[in-house]
Amino acid sequence: MRSAVSRAASKAVEKRNRTAGEYPYWQTMREQAHAVKRRVMENLDDFLLQFEEKCRENGIRVHWAQDAEEARETVGTIAAEHGVKQVVKSKSLTTEEIGLNRYLQKNQIEVTETDLGEYIVQLLDQIPSHLTAPALHLDRKDIGRVFHEKLGVDYTEEPAELLAIARQKLRKKMLNADMGITGVNFAIADSGCLCVVENEANARLSLGVPDVHVAVMGIEKIIPSFSELDTFLKLLPASATGQKQTVYVDVVGGPLFPAIGEGARNVHVIILDNGRSRILADPQLRETLFCIRCGACLNICPVYRQIGGHAYGWVYMGPIGACLIPQYNGISAGRHAPFISSLCGACAQQCPVQISIPHHLTRLRYDVAKQGYTAWWERYALKLHAFLCRYPLLYRALTWFPGKLQQLLPGDMRFPAPGYTRDRALGRFDSKGFRRRFLKMQRQQDL
Amino acid sequence: MFQNTYGRYDKTSLRFTRFLFKLFLNETAEKVDNIVKAALFIPCLSEHLYPESALNMVKVLQYLGVDIDYVENQTCCGQIEYNSGLRDEIVPVAEHFIELFSHKPCIVAPSGSCVAMVRKFYYDLDIRDNLKSARDELAGKIYEFTEFLVDVLQVTDLNGRFPHSVTYHDSCHLNRELGIYEQPRKLIRSISDINFIEMQDPDLCCGFGGTFSYKFKELSIRMVAQKCENISNSRAEYCIGADESCLMNIEGYLIKHAMKARTLHIATLLAKSLGL
Ligand code: SF4
Repeated sequence: MRSAVSRAASKAVEKRNRTAGEYPYWQTMREQAHAVKRRVMENLDDFLLQFEEKCRENGIRVHWAQDAEEARETVGTIAAEHGVKQVVKSKSLTTEEIGLNRYLQKNQIEVTETDLGEYIVQLLDQIPSHLTAPALHLDRKDIGRVFHEKLGVDYTEEPAELLAIARQKLRKKMLNADMGITGVNFAIADSGCLCVVENEANARLSLGVPDVHVAVMGIEKIIPSFSELDTFLKLLPASATGQKQTVYVDVVGGPLFPAIGEGARNVHVIILDNGRSRILADPQLRETLFCIRCGACLNICPVYRQIGGHAYGWVYMGPIGACLIPQYNGISAGRHAPFISSLCGACAQQCPVQISIPHHLTRLRYDVAKQGYTAWWERYALKLHAFLCRYPLLYRALTWFPGKLQQLLPGDMRFPAPGYTRDRALGRFDSKGFRRRFLKMQRQQDL
Repeated sequence: MFQNTYGRYDKTSLRFTRFLFKLFLNETAEKVDNIVKAALFIPCLSEHLYPESALNMVKVLQYLGVDIDYVENQTCCGQIEYNSGLRDEIVPVAEHFIELFSHKPCIVAPSGSCVAMVRKFYYDLDIRDNLKSARDELAGKIYEFTEFLVDVLQVTDLNGRFPHSVTYHDSCHLNRELGIYEQPRKLIRSISDINFIEMQDPDLCCGFGGTFSYKFKELSIRMVAQKCENISNSRAEYCIGADESCLMNIEGYLIKHAMKARTLHIATLLAKSLGL
């Protein structure tokens, strides 16, 4: 699994870097995007109300959901209203976040994921392991096996054949569905439009073919107007897959879009809070809501590459997930997440909206520690160290002794961290101390 | 700038330059005065485990005519606590640091992450109001060793010699927090007879990350394994770095797994190349 993730991720990074390099104003675009997001977050209530009003004018029905449960129930009500039996879904992390699939299944509604990667993951009854490439942890042999076992087709690992099998299955689902559920990449406030970016046309079909279209979006998805969209439509695909442009950009401006004469007859949008306004209230951590879910930070992250997405234990994974998990789920439940990082900062360097992820991680670690979740031994050791640092003489005296002692011990025992030294030797270890050597050197020079 | 006719830096010519500056350009004189007096900040790892590279830093600086000033009573910048989330606990540590160093004209340290701590992360701490301006000042005059050489002293032609192949590892804080990427490379390239090979992904994290290497041992080891693979693929004899903690981590793995390359702090490299 690890090598599959690592390989796929490094290929994605390569492509991303190449494409980003082709934009002469890449850094400027990042700054612009950051500024737009900042403006939106600072006036989010105004933008949301404007968005709601415009949507109503366009004939889109707007629902607000305070938390996951309310959002699920709203979907349930809409489904009941239209007598829905079968649902097709197109990749949406937000619906994953609220656990929609399970809820619908419990209510005897059949749900099918239509994004290829997500479809495979669903067949396996797993959760996605990457923001934009849900089945990143599987290689084609795995996929062939899944199809063979779950769909009863002959085993093949030929990508084209696998694709054909999935396409055939999904097409049938698509045509029979009563309702399509999608996420929203960008919600355009001043015109009440929903923008979805994709490569496989499955979102376009999900929002166009069934009678009812339900879009689920977090409150942070707003952008002010179409004029800002351009920047994001360049940043997102380049960061996610290294494409200059995604294959499809779908914009929903209302039911039965008159200009084209197609689209769902009923369009609903559910605007989800689910803890976001709490994050918004913190002037520093607010920045973590700027995320456009491109997954670039995952691909570059050396930790994610080693452990994959499932290790984070939630819908949002990787560096940004480590920031979001304790914020959404509460410090207590998510207290381990901010520590799964060496704070190397590669993620912040890649992030198209310039979220300074490592700084948020240390801030969250502070929150975790403040609430008393640091292990007792760690807390006392660090407190002792911090205490000694204030009393130089004592500090020096107490560090001198272990230094001496360590010199007498054999190599591996010198460092009081057995796990650390199991695979790492201690190299040129010298515990005479800089200060004394330096002072001696100076005395000699003065002579 | 401080070179005499023999192409060597020495104190006499330095004093003379300083005198000339003082005579003709008042403002610059002060600057020159200040930059040739450097206070040392020796982070705990250098103090206790690897004093060699810090001593070599001193030698190189002295060779360049910099007056070294060792500040007594220094302890630690508090980064371990900071990264573990114990911010409130290190406020007094930071205050101690600021009081100790703020009246020094310029401070040099052989480690990027400790400099980043002082320059950037002290801003996250709730320190006493009367120390805030001192903190701001401090942030502007604490330098990492290679940064000090290249950006402040404008030294890029040390005339050393080191007939070996080397590669360079970018420490994360050094590279991403402080933006020090070119400076060490410039210094390495200035050495004659050196064979400088860039490894694959020189800026990939080595997996140390302070307590991370202890809390997530497996993960940390896999990361350092990747790093060491890149180093050994480059076929360089030495992996140069500017942060002792990363080097400790990398070398530990190299030795344990009988890989050929060794690590070398850039201060040691420079001192060796100059025969100091
Ligand atoms: S944090 Fe930045 S890089 Fe990571 S997914 Fe979000 S937008 Fe992309």
